[in-house]
Amino acid sequence: MSAIYRRELKSHFQSMTGYVFIAFMVLFIGIYFMAYNMMSGYPYFSYTLSGMVTIIMIGIPVLTMRSFADDRKTKTDQLLLTAPVSVTKVVLGKYFSMVTVFLVPVLLTSVCPLIIQMNGTAHLKADYASMLAFFLLGCVYIAIGMLLSSLTESQIIAAVGTFGVILLLLLWPNLVGFLPSSASASAIGFLILWTLYVSIVYRITSHNLLGIGLEAAGVLAIVGIFFLKRNLLDRALVNLLEKVSITQVFQNFASHYIFDAGGLISYISIIFVLIFLTVQSIEKRRWS
Amino acid sequence: MIEVRNLVKDYGGHLAVDHLNFTIYDGQIYGFLGPNGAGKSTTMNIMTGYIGATEGDVLINGHNILEEPEEAKKCIGYLPELPPLYVDMTVEEQLIFAAELKKIPKKERTQAVLEVMELAKLTDVKGRLIRNLSKGYRQRVGLAQAVIGFPPVIVLDEPTVGLDPKQIIEIRDTIKELGKNHTVILSSHILSEVSAVCDHIMIIDKGKLIASDTPENLERQMAVASGMELLIKASREEVEATLKAISQVDTIAVLESGEEGICKALVSFRSGEDEEEEDIRERIFFAFADKRLPILSMQSQKASLEDVFLELTKDGEPASVKDLDEPEDIQENISKKDDAIGSHTDAEQEEGEGDQSE
Repeated sequence: MSAIYRRELKSHFQSMTGYVFIAFMVLFIGIYFMAYNMMSGYPYFSYTLSGMVTIIMIGIPVLTMRSFADDRKTKTDQLLLTAPVSVTKVVLGKYFSMVTVFLVPVLLTSVCPLIIQMNGTAHLKADYASMLAFFLLGCVYIAIGMLLSSLTESQIIAAVGTFGVILLLLLWPNLVGFLPSSASASAIGFLILWTLYVSIVYRITSHNLLGIGLEAAGVLAIVGIFFLKRNLLDRALVNLLEKVSITQVFQNFASHYIFDAGGLISYISIIFVLIFLTVQSIEKRRWS
Repeated sequence: MIEVRNLVKDYGGHLAVDHLNFTIYDGQIYGFLGPNGAGKSTTMNIMTGYIGATEGDVLINGHNILEEPEEAKKCIGYLPELPPLYVDMTVEEQLIFAAELKKIPKKERTQAVLEVMELAKLTDVKGRLIRNLSKGYRQRVGLAQAVIGFPPVIVLDEPTVGLDPKQIIEIRDTIKELGKNHTVILSSHILSEVSAVCDHIMIIDKGKLIASDTPENLERQMAVASGMELLIKASREEVEATLKAISQVDTIAVLESGEEGICKALVSFRSGEDEEEEDIRERIFFAFADKRLPILSMQSQKASLEDVFLELTKDGEPASVKDLDEPEDIQENISKKDDAIGSHTDAEQEEGEGDQSE
């Protein structure tokens, strides 16, 4: 794993991507920092980081697009996949190398709160906690980009796809707001979600009885709740979907100055799931 | 030892590899021979664990490539069709990276890299970026990368493709050198290459193994159907009479050679009895010598591997050979061809006999 990690890291800095990414990040952090903290005198650096959430939407896809798509296109994946190294280690090596590149601008900006402190009141704890959340949010985005890169041979599709997914995640809380919140709408929404889930299970297992049984059980449960405990379904779907909002955790840190430990754990869990899916997508490709 | 059992690879309805079975024993150079698209690369990719098989197993020194991939992959060095090189690294960096991937201990790494650079004659270019290397050098880096750490099995997919003749000879020599201590499997669609390097040839067509034997045996089995061309300073009648007296001679065709007083004779022999008896060439020589008729030239027309290959891969239903390790099957194929030739020459012979009776 360390061999792959070091090679990837080196290659980020042998091609331009690493430098361009870091320069891009530092430039925009500088602009936001100057505008919000220096010129307007706002004492929270976390506000600058909130601005950066939209900027990494552009930066991260550029960083991650190469990771697997390029290997697949130039067939260098043949070297990695025929070497006595497990796919998980290949994926982790690449992932950590990208995380390291992302860590550079984050560490560089860690002086910003100190600059604020030199000029007046600073909220160091809140700022550094937000920086941690910002870093982990970036790691989630990197994992998303890596997954999409492993699904395609084209770097462009990987980059655009990652951008699209991250944008969707950013807009998620607003989009969820458009959903109807009545009990019947929730019931229908849950029915659709459940059917989707069952169809995936059916696709994997090809087991008729299991599929029909699961679907029937789910429909019965939802319809039962709808008629017996209707108020339980009020806003239930909206509430559930709002929880999926990834940026909310970061906003808890940056806007509400809450140390959301549960949120950080959810970030780490999401990263694990995405890495797992990347491994699976590579394994899957070898089989079809 | 590599065992391939009942291997199938199905690309959405197209069988790239069709129930392939073979065993590869240690310490020999094996050649996979087949036309383009015969399934050579697919088989190699499955054997090295790059892609999975639809059905069947591959055992590398007893380790199943799917169940114990790391153990199995440790035993293999692989050079795919396109050498998997990172163009943004130098030759030395690439080889060090390969050594790390192959888990060569840190102390031995430098030594291992030096060794393979020496072997592939890369020492002069070790500091150059792979991006700037020619195809031939890239191929050599790929080879060096495959053999680094000297795994017991080395798999090379078309190792000489795209190289100039001098480089081809160099790579061939390297492969022969490696074959002394390693099992080498190489694929090619170039016959001369396979016959020059390999101890054992496996001919694959449409995903099926259609022949497997040593190059000599394959040629010999085909040679049965072949004959000899003689240039003799004698009259047509003398030549025919002399040749008729030799028991193994099957058909004779005597032609004008273009030179005054010299005949050209095409002779074919009866199959099956040439093994134990004395060399037919000697008998012919003495037969003519006894009559004081000088033989100016004598040339065996042995079927080359080219003929074997074309013969085995020409039809839609290649030879219907199921188990290749049995020479009878090949014999069968050959006798088919034999028949074809026979029918042609029979007519000539009858004509000749007619002449004589007159």
